[in-house]
Amino acid sequence: MPPEGRSLTDVQPEVAASAPVPPPPAGPPAMSPVELGRWAWRQLTSMRTALVLLFLLALAAIPGSVVPQEAVDSLRASGWKADHPGLTPVYERLGLFDVYGSPWFAAIYLLLVVSLVGCIVPRSAVYWRAFRAQPPRAPRHLGRMPDHRRYETADAPDDVLDRARSVLRARRYRIRDIAGDGPVEEAGDAVSAERGYLREAGNLLFHISVLVVLAGFAMGSLFGFKGGVIVVTGDSFSNTLSQYDDFAPGRAFAPDALAPFSFKVDSFDVTFIRKGRSAGSATKFFADLDVQPTPTSAPRRQRISVNHPLTIDGTKVFLIGHGYAPHITVRDGKGNVAYSGATVFLPENEAFTSFGVVKAPDAEPTQIGLRGEFYPTYAFTMATGPFSAFPDAKNPAISMLAYSGDLGLDNGEAQSVYALDMKGLKPVTKADGKPVRIDLALGKSQTLPGGLGTVTFDGLSRFVRLQVSESPGSKIALAGMVLALTGLLASLFIRPRRIWLRARRKGDRTIVEVAGLDRSSGGDLTGELDQILGALEPKESRT
Amino acid sequence: MTHEQFEIFSNQAVAACAVLYFLAFLAQLAAYVSRPRAAAVVAPAARSRVGEGDVAVEAPPAEPPTSQRTEMFVRLALALTAFAALVHLAALVTRGLAADPARVPWGNMYEFTLTATFVVVALYLLMHRRFALAWMAPVITLFVLAVLMVDVLVLYEPVIPLRDALQSPWLVIHVVAAILATGAFTMGGMVSALYLVKERALSRGGGQTGYLARVPSLVGLDRLAYRWHAFAFPVWTFAALIAGPIWAQYAWGRYWGWDPKEVWAFITWVVYAGYLHARATAGWKGHRAAIVALVGLATLWFNFVGINFFFGSGSQHSYAVELVVTAVGG
Repeated sequence: MPPEGRSLTDVQPEVAASAPVPPPPAGPPAMSPVELGRWAWRQLTSMRTALVLLFLLALAAIPGSVVPQEAVDSLRASGWKADHPGLTPVYERLGLFDVYGSPWFAAIYLLLVVSLVGCIVPRSAVYWRAFRAQPPRAPRHLGRMPDHRRYETADAPDDVLDRARSVLRARRYRIRDIAGDGPVEEAGDAVSAERGYLREAGNLLFHISVLVVLAGFAMGSLFGFKGGVIVVTGDSFSNTLSQYDDFAPGRAFAPDALAPFSFKVDSFDVTFIRKGRSAGSATKFFADLDVQPTPTSAPRRQRISVNHPLTIDGTKVFLIGHGYAPHITVRDGKGNVAYSGATVFLPENEAFTSFGVVKAPDAEPTQIGLRGEFYPTYAFTMATGPFSAFPDAKNPAISMLAYSGDLGLDNGEAQSVYALDMKGLKPVTKADGKPVRIDLALGKSQTLPGGLGTVTFDGLSRFVRLQVSESPGSKIALAGMVLALTGLLASLFIRPRRIWLRARRKGDRTIVEVAGLDRSSGGDLTGELDQILGALEPKESRT
Repeated sequence: MTHEQFEIFSNQAVAACAVLYFLAFLAQLAAYVSRPRAAAVVAPAARSRVGEGDVAVEAPPAEPPTSQRTEMFVRLALALTAFAALVHLAALVTRGLAADPARVPWGNMYEFTLTATFVVVALYLLMHRRFALAWMAPVITLFVLAVLMVDVLVLYEPVIPLRDALQSPWLVIHVVAAILATGAFTMGGMVSALYLVKERALSRGGGQTGYLARVPSLVGLDRLAYRWHAFAFPVWTFAALIAGPIWAQYAWGRYWGWDPKEVWAFITWVVYAGYLHARATAGWKGHRAAIVALVGLATLWFNFVGINFFFGSGSQHSYAVELVVTAVGG
């Protein structure tokens, strides 16, 4: 055991051993740098510090569950920032939007890792010696041990000792070898046995495995990536950076490491429950993809659904959402098609009322923008206005407002495809000055006033929202975790025990003393001693 | 039976088992009241015997003299608890059968709580003899009764089918382990709480009469609490840090995403790891370890119930929110 008496689990200090424990250094009184360093190292690797660091780690993890995290949900994080302009700069300085990547969080777990290593290394050395060592000699006064028994028998002491050795061996105890022992009078009348050596091995395995898990986790966050993309059915996706809607690479991720696969989203199928309490919720949805692992390989059909991702070259493609993409065509004042295609509308509620934007920069005489909603099952009441009554496309319709002017696409600033830059736009109005609302059922057209053009809702597709991710090291982390659990079980449930038995002749009787020591704090030796004695001696002779 | 009938049966079974738990509690009270006066006098003697050894020796609590009537009430209480547990189990099974298609009854908070309380009672009944847990009976029945009431009054939800993301064999593995660990941690927490109560009473010169006299010695309580936690911790490790991440990898495409539920599962794990270390640290065993255990239990329950209320749609584990919202927003 290290000098400061640190132990990783609940192995109690040995009662028999009298290793001098140096008094804890009381403050740093005028120490040399080496001494100071040693003192600091001892403090850092002490159990108390490890405990404090553990609690600090738990405490430090809390803000990450309260404040929206950039890495977890950037949308919520930016929403929160917009709602709290005063707090945001403070929080940003503190790294509260990225708690698990922040320096102070890293400081805690790195200190913990140092403390862990500072504990494992000396402990492993101690364990290695202990593992090869003999069970300790029997204490002189077995009757003073907390758990002890005593009985008398007519058998000769040597017979008792021989029987004890075989009983203990059968119970998988390691027996002290008398031949290699010191003073004969100490060992000749006693048997010393020990078992449960693997407890400490499990303990060490657990702590080493924690480091393995951390290594696997670190690999994932360094070399992995997570990207999101929306693909309309019938469209294709190839795995290059430019095709992603959002992309979160690990710190050391190289974009050319992306696997060169591509796929076409051939179809998407969803079933909604029509009746009963859970009407409107989706029971099953899946997409069929035509996948090409490399640009030259033949496409193969693959179905993906929730809980069943597609795996290509270690990259995984998950189906995480879906929605509608109405086909909208805008003809300008001259009758030319200024915009046409499947337009992704983002779902806003359970009935798939969806929000989207159309930008027609090539329209003449002025650019045209549309902004509004899509309803898969259009319904209307005076109280609610238009709404979607069901998530399936039973009566699809769009309801959008039209804008004309400058879409702001030429000034070089990046623009979201789901928002209009309203600076240069004004609503298209009717003669009475009210804004024009484009309300279209599937297949219908509407003319914009003032010779601006027409809008047609000429088709409907669905889109799938896919998450593409690679987390190298996940297998290492999993293996580490399984090893950690194995070690944990060993360290919690293997009972390190020592048993001593001494047989001495007194008159024509032999007095047998048995004592035991359970070195784990959850243990209870009563049963063990009873069983050993039961195997040694008929019950009636025991006292 | 039809699905609707199963649902009604399940609800009535919950009410019935709550009544049975209450009757069991009354029987325990009756057993306590009918105990001969002498019992209270013997208890301190048993305690002082424990106190004299400086090493952890657990003297078995002296068997208090009991009358036949007391004995009858103790048996009645145990039988009632066992019967209540059976009805409780029936409520769980029919809850699963009430869904169309039939499923495991772990779809929402109501069902989780119903299962967790059952696990607590089942653990008590299983370990009753081995750990000599008879003294825990009133604490457990009262606790389960209170939690069931909250469950029915606050958390109740009608039966609906499982959301798509929950339809996975990992649901069974992950949730069974999580609920089992929650039950065992709860048992450990009860013992740790009793440790603190008894310790306080003893330090004030009390604790030698009444209920606390029947509770094992401080050393015994500390050891029993450790046993529950030593069982629960690996199970929790498996549930939260192995089965959970594997399932998350399949369902959400990442094995660890710092979702609030995951963060708090991790916090719970770290705190209980602290508990196991605390018991091995000089000056932390006993009192402080018990406090750490209760902090751990608080984080566990907060995670179990609180996350869904306070963080709502911010967590992918919020079962109240429909799949489309989480899928699209998440």
